Amino acid sequence: MTSTPTHGHTAPLGRTSAAKISFQQVSRVYPVQDGDFTALDRVSLDIGDGEFVTVVGPSGCGKSTLLGLAAGLVQPTGGQVLFEGEPVTGPGPERGVIFQQYALFPWLTVRGNVEFGLKLARLPAAERRSRAQRAIDLVGLGDFADALPKTLSGGMRQRCAIARAYAVDPHVLLMDEPFGALDALTRVELQEELLATWDRERRTVLFVTHDVDEAVYLAGRVVVMASRPGRIHRVVDVDLPYPRTEEVRLSPEFAAVRNEVWHAVHHQPGPAAR
Amino acid sequence: MLLNVVAVAFGVGLWQVLASAGVEGLPGPASVAQRGWQLLANGTLEGDILASLRRVLIGFALGSLLAVPVGFLMGWYPWARGLLEPYVQFFRAVPPLALIPMAIVLLGIGETPKIFVIFLAAFLSSVVAAYQGVVDVDRTLIDAARVLGASDWEIFRRVVVPAASPFILVGMRIGLGSAWGTLVAAELIAAQEGLGFRMQQAELYYDLPTIFVSLIAIGTLGLLMDRLLQRVERRITRWQERR
Repeated sequence: MTSTPTHGHTAPLGRTSAAKISFQQVSRVYPVQDGDFTALDRVSLDIGDGEFVTVVGPSGCGKSTLLGLAAGLVQPTGGQVLFEGEPVTGPGPERGVIFQQYALFPWLTVRGNVEFGLKLARLPAAERRSRAQRAIDLVGLGDFADALPKTLSGGMRQRCAIARAYAVDPHVLLMDEPFGALDALTRVELQEELLATWDRERRTVLFVTHDVDEAVYLAGRVVVMASRPGRIHRVVDVDLPYPRTEEVRLSPEFAAVRNEVWHAVHHQPGPAAR
Repeated sequence: MLLNVVAVAFGVGLWQVLASAGVEGLPGPASVAQRGWQLLANGTLEGDILASLRRVLIGFALGSLLAVPVGFLMGWYPWARGLLEPYVQFFRAVPPLALIPMAIVLLGIGETPKIFVIFLAAFLSSVVAAYQGVVDVDRTLIDAARVLGASDWEIFRRVVVPAASPFILVGMRIGLGSAWGTLVAAELIAAQEGLGFRMQQAELYYDLPTIFVSLIAIGTLGLLMDRLLQRVERRITRWQERR
């Protein structure tokens, strides 16, 4: 169930051409008061088309930085990130991002938020409307299309953010602890919905979380990161069938993978020798 | 609301008692109301109010109109902040009234110096608010717009402006308040009509009722304008989460 651990520069660069997202020896260093802080140290990782990959690790392991690099919101200080074979130089609508804090525009209604990216794409009003409606219906916010974000619960806000990302039909979804701020029940609900949509469309997902159960339940592959410096500690393949039902969630096989990932997250080596 | 009415009634009552108890020279509510009626009937009060309102509205409109782009520039571009901030801070430290002698010498004694001083008072309060509003825009909202494909201009138009609008409106309210205060004081120094001028004239003749009428008009108008702008603000920022 475990693939070879990936240690910085010794990692194989692998199938560059086939990968949807390819991190190649990517580093990100932030200058701080006394010297430099290495958020990511020579990370290499390939994510294939249609994969669902989760990234889990302790805080400060650079998992959000990794996602920011793929989104183009963070620039690498070393190495490069390829998206569909091209170096990432900035953000773009083909890479949809879901933020933990929802990041909804509070002055726009649910519909206004979902149409935001479609307006930027200069779609005609009629098509904008129908595509937004489809996305809103997909996440089950049909009755709240004209509501302002302030009137919505956390789960509904995140649904709206997901609809906003779906509406522009991105090639990949980059999700940064999207369910981290939700209560346990809502979280499970949104996990199920996300998986159902993914199962139908097989749109590549890179999903960052600090929740081991969530990481294993959603993913085909779990990337476990370590901190100081941020790096990939282990990559665990999850050989559980989709669709993931309650039965899968409660199965001994699931428990076995979860335990393995749990160990990898909670018993990590000290700071790596540089 | 009921308490407000009670408070006003009590105040007028107290005023009446003080006046009839014979406080030296203090006119009673009745004589002030009578004078107010006189001034209304012969058109003086309307003329003064119009003159004052015209000045304050022109100055305020120009000031806040210029404050928005300048504040945005300062918030968005560090170089603009570096260039403009010393001037904004310096003029904020100078009471607008202190500029009146200079304005009169440079701009003459017509309407221009008064409008200029009011403009400056409104501009300085609004510009700082607009600047603060831009600086405080939530970074993740800008990121969210960028990942949806927004250019810098679209981020400015569709994210920064609406996100900063509550700050700007608060700045405008403060600006309107200080514009009104500055106006009346400016009229005290040099004017041919206006509420401040009327008080100045009345002072020469020990005409306390007229002074009272002007004071009440100044307070009422200031309050009305503030409430009006508050309404507008509430309406525009209805999306805000209020605690």
